[in-house]
Amino acid sequence: MHGLRRPAGRTLALAVLACGLGACAYNKGTVVLLPEGGGRDTAVIVTQGEQKIVLDQPYAAVRQTAFGPRAYESNAQEVTRTFGSALAAQPARPQSFTLYFIEDKVEFSDDSKRIIEGVFAEIARHPVPDIVVVGHTDRTGADLKNDKLALDRAETVRAELISRGIAPENVVAVGRGSREPVVPTAVGVAEARNRRVEIIVR
Amino acid sequence: MLFARSRSVPLLLIVVSAAIAWPALAADIGQIKVAKGQVTIERDRQSLQGAVGMRLQSSDVLKTGEDGSVGITMTDNSLLSAGPNSILSFDRYEFDATTQQGKFDASLQKGSLSVVSGRIAKQSPDAMIVRTPATILGVRGTEFVVSAGE
Repeated sequence: MHGLRRPAGRTLALAVLACGLGACAYNKGTVVLLPEGGGRDTAVIVTQGEQKIVLDQPYAAVRQTAFGPRAYESNAQEVTRTFGSALAAQPARPQSFTLYFIEDKVEFSDDSKRIIEGVFAEIARHPVPDIVVVGHTDRTGADLKNDKLALDRAETVRAELISRGIAPENVVAVGRGSREPVVPTAVGVAEARNRRVEIIVR
Repeated sequence: MLFARSRSVPLLLIVVSAAIAWPALAADIGQIKVAKGQVTIERDRQSLQGAVGMRLQSSDVLKTGEDGSVGITMTDNSLLSAGPNSILSFDRYEFDATTQQGKFDASLQKGSLSVVSGRIAKQSPDAMIVRTPATILGVRGTEFVVSAGE
């Protein structure tokens, strides 16, 4: 009991000393927004009690202190020092492959047969691959029909992957219907690029 | 004959609905892709050793030891990885693969965590939240790190 209390007291004393020196090392943690490629919308809103800080620039950071959140600018060195192990354990980014279909059918186009080979090369790079097959349709036809067609396409690809040796429990088929067209069109427009199946390897 | 047939229909329905309900019960929310050193999963008051390939369920709590780190890919494509001496709990996780709507609440009780947000955070602004003992993080996207001390 005594042995447990002493280090905590020492840490606090050190913290008070550090704070007094202007480098407040004792805090309840930090949050840092990381830079990323692609320029997508990115932000984290940090709330501590009544106070709110929006992080929306690369390395924008918040340090939580006993006196409330403090905004500051972090940098790559600090992130590596504090988060190096966590970042090193980050899984590989999910990779996406797209196959196209002949209108109203579940048959592959010729290009798609080649893409399947790329999928298998990617799968081989993952120690424990799990694969999601997402079917999409264009915006012709009724929603209900599209949902079914999308799922049918996904199931066809799933069956193909299984027939080529992927364990069934590692592949899931999902139908997205016409909810996510790559080419935005009006309802009723036949668009080959929207009739597709996405294979996500992760 | 007629009697026999009318009995077999409800029986078939039960079998079919059981087959549909099963995956929902054992819903996987993510999978351990990277594990180093000591990693444990607390689930239903049991402590399991975390290993690459293990699938997670909602309300699992992940713990890493002094030499431990762990990386998880969630079903919405978000990536979470924790450094040493961390406690990370998956308080709530729902994801509809068709609509891609969902809810993801995680908390980091202590340690360090890196996050790359996925589909859930993309679909609606308040759908993903990460808590620490002192703060609440509303995740709009996409990559950030968070630590939580004593």
